[in-house]
Amino acid sequence: MLMLKKFLRDVPAVLGLLIVVIAVILALFPGLLVDNVDRVNRGDILQRLKPPSPDLPFGSDDLGRNIFDRVVMGTRSALTISTLVVSLSMIVGVPLGLIAGYRSGWVSSAIMRVTDVFLAVPQLILAIAIAQILGRGATSAMIALAVTYWPFFTRTVYAETQKIRASLFVEALEGYGASTTRIMLFHILPNVAAPVIVRATVGMGFVILTAAVLGFLGVGAVPPAPDWGLQISEGRKYLPVHWWYATFPGLAILFLVLGFNLLGDGLRDLVDPRLRRS
Amino acid sequence: MLLFLIRRLILIIPVLLGLLLLTFLMLRLGGNDPAAAIAGDNATPEMIERIREDLGLNDPLPVQFWDYLVRAAHGDFGVSAYSQRPVGIDILDRLPATLELTIVALVLASVLGITFGALAGIWRNSIFDHTVRVVSVAGLATASFWFAIMLQLVFSMGLEILPLRGRLPTGWTPPPDITGLYLVDSLVTGQFATFWYAFLHLVMPAVTISLGGIATIARFTRSAVVAAMHSEYAAYEQAVGYPRRRILMPYVLRNSLVTPVTQIGLLFGAFVSSAVAVESVFDWPGLGSYLVEAIFTSDFNAVLAVTLVIGAIYGVVNILVDMTQGLLDPRVAETM
Repeated sequence: MLMLKKFLRDVPAVLGLLIVVIAVILALFPGLLVDNVDRVNRGDILQRLKPPSPDLPFGSDDLGRNIFDRVVMGTRSALTISTLVVSLSMIVGVPLGLIAGYRSGWVSSAIMRVTDVFLAVPQLILAIAIAQILGRGATSAMIALAVTYWPFFTRTVYAETQKIRASLFVEALEGYGASTTRIMLFHILPNVAAPVIVRATVGMGFVILTAAVLGFLGVGAVPPAPDWGLQISEGRKYLPVHWWYATFPGLAILFLVLGFNLLGDGLRDLVDPRLRRS
Repeated sequence: MLLFLIRRLILIIPVLLGLLLLTFLMLRLGGNDPAAAIAGDNATPEMIERIREDLGLNDPLPVQFWDYLVRAAHGDFGVSAYSQRPVGIDILDRLPATLELTIVALVLASVLGITFGALAGIWRNSIFDHTVRVVSVAGLATASFWFAIMLQLVFSMGLEILPLRGRLPTGWTPPPDITGLYLVDSLVTGQFATFWYAFLHLVMPAVTISLGGIATIARFTRSAVVAAMHSEYAAYEQAVGYPRRRILMPYVLRNSLVTPVTQIGLLFGAFVSSAVAVESVFDWPGLGSYLVEAIFTSDFNAVLAVTLVIGAIYGVVNILVDMTQGLLDPRVAETM
């Protein structure tokens, strides 16, 4: 309860939570704002490239599709990709970090050396290469992003586990004869959960940004998917006259990532008072 | 310090080997056939088979990898399937453009980030502080390629004060190739008009790339300054009666710089990443746009070599950062 009270007093964090909650609701029920969800990829050619107006709040694109509808639908695509990527990365990265941090010896060093290799090159570059090899598409982009993001979880969990392993209660458990699996799953894992949650929240923002770059460069979502990165790359061709086409999807990215970052900062302040923003 | 440097340089080697192995396996086991890419759309299966044989693609994988390593050790990265030139030459051609861009962005991010962050920390909870915080949080959430396009929309297409793309106006002769950095080369040879144009072309790409960096550095500097101003030594100096300025400049700021400097090094990876997309937006003839071209044309040799070069630069920058930390903080230097 004290935690909740502290969190509610952090205005930016609450704002972030609000943005994220609204985005999740829109992703689950786009019908709240979009008239006909099934028609978002079909346009009215007579209505092509119309500027923003009360009927078309964000204007229409080159195929006469309602950009507002497509931006709203893009929330679903962005959140699906980022949730799956972050979950996959956690499934791979957290156990590896636990093992590497708790055990010592060659298994541990092998895991950490592989992690080093993945972190030795900027994530985006690795992701573009993998996505291209797997063939263009949202699924490839997701796999590529997960392959590049898991080492961050391994690093985080590894560092925390090493700290906890040295503590007295772990020694006591070992003395009682608790099995390694038991110690790792029931005693260490709950203790590293907080930093993992913070990492995951910030990771959501990072993945949304990177997925947008993949879409923009043409190795992510395939037309006519209402993907934000893809929309910006299509809208770019109609600048400067039809400025609204590329502008609004970018603003949507900005808001959603901002939401996750603010929320992540707030959670970090709660979890780790040492890093508190003064 | 020297021992530290040597030890760290040796430690990069296994990481680079791992990186090469990773990209090698990815590209070989992936679906794209480099032989088919070279042969073109009208090739017969026999022609593709001949090219496969020439490239050594029919050898066992470990043999192929070993061949690649041996050649790479001699500085031979093979021929680019796309440009038909040695990949090493292609990279040397492209590298200066990216270096110029990232160095200018890094300087911009450090100067602006440290200035804004330090001032925000000194004037805590002022309007300036709040503005810096809001702007930096938003800066970190902005997709760089979109920001680049928005800058083009406003400053090139709308106000028409900055050039849209490239490193120099179309048809303008580049300065003589001394370092490959246009700003330096044109200045050294006294071509001031070229310098001015090169500078104008750099403004938007560099600002775009540094955006996230300014934000990160400002945030870290701010919290470090706040922490240092509340430290015991600052309180002591205040009690002894040092004027505020004497406490701030040499003591608080120097102590506050250690964390942001680490961040600057970590940012380099982010800069190279955003250079990939930003170079495409601005048609900047650097390594980033080269890599994108190479990946789309299944240019196997080029992708491997660029990944290696970026990994190596990344590793060296991290060492430089650790050494700078030693210079700033004698306590760190002792552990080296």
